[in-house]
Amino acid sequence: MYIIVAGGGKVGHYLTRALIDAGHEVLVIEKDRVRAAYLTEEFGEAVTWGDACEVRIMKESGMERADVVVAITGDDEDNLIICQMSKHRFQVPRSIARINNPKNEDIFKRLGIDTTVSSTKIIFNLIEQQIETDEVIPLAPLQRGNIEIVEADLGPDSPIIGQRIPNIGLPKDALVISIIREGHAILPNIDVEFRQGDSVITLVNADKEAELRNVFEALPR
Amino acid sequence: MKVIILGCGRVGSTLARLMLRDGHQVTVVDKNIDAFRRLGPEFKGTTIIGNGTDEETLKKAGVESADVFVAVTNGDNTNIMSVQIAKTKFQVPKPLARIYDPIRACAYQELGVDTICTTLIDSRLIRDHLLGRELGLAEDYCSLNDEEAVV
Repeated sequence: MYIIVAGGGKVGHYLTRALIDAGHEVLVIEKDRVRAAYLTEEFGEAVTWGDACEVRIMKESGMERADVVVAITGDDEDNLIICQMSKHRFQVPRSIARINNPKNEDIFKRLGIDTTVSSTKIIFNLIEQQIETDEVIPLAPLQRGNIEIVEADLGPDSPIIGQRIPNIGLPKDALVISIIREGHAILPNIDVEFRQGDSVITLVNADKEAELRNVFEALPR
Repeated sequence: MKVIILGCGRVGSTLARLMLRDGHQVTVVDKNIDAFRRLGPEFKGTTIIGNGTDEETLKKAGVESADVFVAVTNGDNTNIMSVQIAKTKFQVPKPLARIYDPIRACAYQELGVDTICTTLIDSRLIRDHLLGRELGLAEDYCSLNDEEAVV
């Protein structure tokens, strides 16, 4: 995949490293020239010096062919604009925004940015012992066989609401193992219909996780 | 009208005074308390210190009952984001974002955000003035012509 990382701070730096190690084509865009030069020492041509909010830089970075844009700067407003522009001007299929102020999560959703990551909120939730997100999230990788357990919370737009397991087009290597409904775990059988608010726990081959995501989530608006 | 102005720079402070003079109720928001000095000692409106993309600050400024929300900070992205919040979350009837970057102004106009691009307005006005042309209509100066804007 071609992934553009907007913002070369600490998170951007290590994310870029991890993505390159995972075999992706990556470009990191950094506004500060000194910081960009520092990153260039490590990543060479995978670094562009410039303001990722500028359309000129977006064009130069080849954003129209990007599969994912990750906006990870320290400013929420910049991250919002980068994601909105990538989506509407360059038709990037997936954009992920880092959110610094957890209150902005709701705003980003209203403004069409569905995938957000808030480290403040994650840490808060870890402390509160409840991790809430309506994305499909990997719960645990099982070491043998490349299998993951993932959880998906069904939002109001999920296409599978009202449907039963045999009809939702699950990938071949996926198995629904439980549905958490109103705090209770249900062992699913073929007669159970999915409802909004359900958390669906699925075993899936790691390669099929993206396919599974498409089953559970509403198509991008 | 109840007017909220985000950003108390030269434009924000001048606009605040103009609106007050026309009898409107004005609240000015800025991160920096020093910025309010520009309003002058006679200023009869309200000032709120805070971040204009923070909902709590906007609520404190009365966004829930505002008729107009204008964002004129020196950050394009701050202006775009705060106006989108005012419009989508708080349904302010008349939101407006001042955007310096013509390309971003065009893009957000297309997305339904009300924008005004003073870079284009100033440049066209100065050009016509320098060339001794008869001045055009305000809407000509304000228009967001994409071809012209693309660098």
